[in-house]
Amino acid sequence: MRWLLVIVIAIANTLSDLLNTVGMRRHGEVHHFHPTAMGRLVAALVRNPFVIGGVVAMAIAFFALLALLSITDISFAIPATAASYLVETVLAKYMLKEHVSYKRWIGAALVAVGVLLVSF
Amino acid sequence: MLVGLAVIFNVLGNFFLGLGMQEFGRVVSFSPLPYLAAFLNPWVGAGIAMMALWMIFQLSLLSRADLSFVLPVTSLTYVLTPIMSRIFLDEHVSVIRWAGIFLICLGVSAVGRTTPRTTPASVHPPAVVYPLGDDVEDEMAPGDCDRDREHSQ
Repeated sequence: MRWLLVIVIAIANTLSDLLNTVGMRRHGEVHHFHPTAMGRLVAALVRNPFVIGGVVAMAIAFFALLALLSITDISFAIPATAASYLVETVLAKYMLKEHVSYKRWIGAALVAVGVLLVSF
Repeated sequence: MLVGLAVIFNVLGNFFLGLGMQEFGRVVSFSPLPYLAAFLNPWVGAGIAMMALWMIFQLSLLSRADLSFVLPVTSLTYVLTPIMSRIFLDEHVSVIRWAGIFLICLGVSAVGRTTPRTTPASVHPPAVVYPLGDDVEDEMAPGDCDRDREHSQ
């Protein structure tokens, strides 16, 4: 059961990150964090279909995470959800057309191995 | 700065949620009702508030940097979470976990040296600037405060 939840979380998280990135690109850069500016940001984002999709996927991941947290301790739950690191980097390169330099690959690989170790 | 805020709120959110859900007990359900009941737990409520703030900062980060940059860099969450559960929840952190923490730090420093945004400018529409911030990067005159400005490319 807990691994099923982990798989649901990984897929929903990946989808959520991709949709949010596309949505935020369309939105444009955010530089202001005054409460009023954050209010306007939220008002703009609730009309952004990519961000809405991203948030729905995130909500699915979130409820699955709550369920997972209720049956295991957080040191298992959090790292186990990080399985999607390299997959997301590959998707960022090919779907989002980001330039992933060798430093970034090395960094992402180290992080992925690190996250795997942390979940032991 | 933004990375720090996103990481801190994520860690605090996870931490409070972990505390709250262990107090609340086991829930695995496809119905939303037990989850809604869990929201009444003050720890879970605090965790959700932290997560809402985290989301705003995470989305702002994504508006300014690549996903392949944001993702590894915000994995500092995985460094802080075991450290916090060691300190506050007395969970055991093994040697293997410490090794993992070290590798994550190495990876983050490697990614941190790359340019945060590599996607060509043509992919991005004009940036919508939200005024009224007291951010130092803000170069606006006080009189500009009430209207949105758009940067053309």
